[in-house]
Amino acid sequence: MGAAAPAPRYREKAQVLDETALDRALTRIAHEILEKNGGAKDLAFVGLRTRGVSLAHRLAAKIAQIDGTTLPVGTLDITLYRDDLGMRGTPVIRGTDIPFSIKDKTVILVDDVLFTGRTIRAALDAIIDLGRPTAIQLACLIDRGHRELPIRPDYIGKNLPTSRRESVAVRLREHDGEDRVVIEEPVEA
Amino acid sequence: MSWTRKDLLAMRELEAGEIVLLVDTAASLQEIATRDIKKVPALRGKTVVNLFYESSTRTRTSFEIAGKWLSADVINFSASGSSTSKGESFVDTAKNIAAMSPDVVVVRHSSAGAAALLARELPCSIVNAGDGAHEHPTQALLDLLTIREKKGHFDGLHVAIVGDIAHSRVARSNIHGMRKLGMTVTVAGPPTLIPPFVQELGAKVSYRLEDAIGDVDVIMMLRLQQERMTAGLIPSVREYSRYWGLTLDKLARHARPDVLIMHPGPVNRGVELSPEVADGPYSVILDQVSRGVAVRMGVLLLLAGRKGGDGG
Repeated sequence: MGAAAPAPRYREKAQVLDETALDRALTRIAHEILEKNGGAKDLAFVGLRTRGVSLAHRLAAKIAQIDGTTLPVGTLDITLYRDDLGMRGTPVIRGTDIPFSIKDKTVILVDDVLFTGRTIRAALDAIIDLGRPTAIQLACLIDRGHRELPIRPDYIGKNLPTSRRESVAVRLREHDGEDRVVIEEPVEA
Repeated sequence: MSWTRKDLLAMRELEAGEIVLLVDTAASLQEIATRDIKKVPALRGKTVVNLFYESSTRTRTSFEIAGKWLSADVINFSASGSSTSKGESFVDTAKNIAAMSPDVVVVRHSSAGAAALLARELPCSIVNAGDGAHEHPTQALLDLLTIREKKGHFDGLHVAIVGDIAHSRVARSNIHGMRKLGMTVTVAGPPTLIPPFVQELGAKVSYRLEDAIGDVDVIMMLRLQQERMTAGLIPSVREYSRYWGLTLDKLARHARPDVLIMHPGPVNRGVELSPEVADGPYSVILDQVSRGVAVRMGVLLLLAGRKGGDGG
């Protein structure tokens, strides 16, 4: 029976995006996706649980507004692909739900914060186990640096230099009742 | 809710939250069975040993598939053809297997307490896959998952468990699990096959099939375990079947139209269940088997994935 380490407490240090800026960033990413792929043909979104899924749905809604195309949105849970099973406590499996074939599609992977790149590494393995897409592209609302793997996003909402001890919290209406991104720092005990 | 136990030995010792965690985890893992490539890397490099001292079709196969779909290496040991036939004791055999550093040992044995004995003796995780007439927790978990998927919830459901309760580890594990989740359980069978302490587990008792199945959401029929019986418990299989066998006619006359029929297998067709009921529209017997794989994946994952797990 491993005793759980006490979770560090964080306090808000600075606001990075407000509701308007967050929405503008998503609008820009939607346009960039259409520009880079020459339209919406054969695109599909896959959001990473939990907030990546909400962001993927918002991007799909933007593209439907701009282009009139309704793109499929899937949900990916990468817990079974993590490289740190047994180091983080009880694995919480919430399930993958991608109710369409990703074969011959360009999959746009959506996550809220890009940090070490390990989550995306796991997500790439998870997607490739489901089929062979034409291409996989990566969209992140925040890129906070400190990569530990050679992974580079295709679409970035905001580049945000951070220190490793800080944490970036993306708060979305669907989960947190507000649209806002803040930097948090640990409270010294 | 977090999982901290080294072993899964009995439903009796689990808290309701732990049972729900196991069922939730299994529910999310069911999706893997629908994939073209049925393999995820979660337990890569882990070793699971199936140590079976009793015959088994469903349980051993589904633990093996579960381990393989999670990328663990699965080794099957059966007592016949092993050093057991040269006189090696159970604990000695298990210690020798443990010396080869498995992460999880799944054990089935005809003696109650066999899994708990290994859990004390061995450093690796132990899963009880049936110990005598004591418990069979993964069967209860897959029954619970099946019930929740079909009924949508556990709250207030009433389950009748019918037949050979005395020899049934499935009944014992299910009574513990269902009572903890707030369900009502009625056990029914001939008096010789109802154990005396069963009310202490919180189950009601009925001695007439027609009464027991009247107002329940689920009917769980048990196998008449003739291999465990000493003579004289029932007058004859034919008489048992006549009074305690579930037929379409009895269902139509006494049970609710939305009742689920479950059976842990193997079915004695024509004894406790008529073939028309076993294969009929109320039956979820094969759904139970499919969900068994997901449940065993969930169990292996939570045991091997717990914080500070051996070899984690």
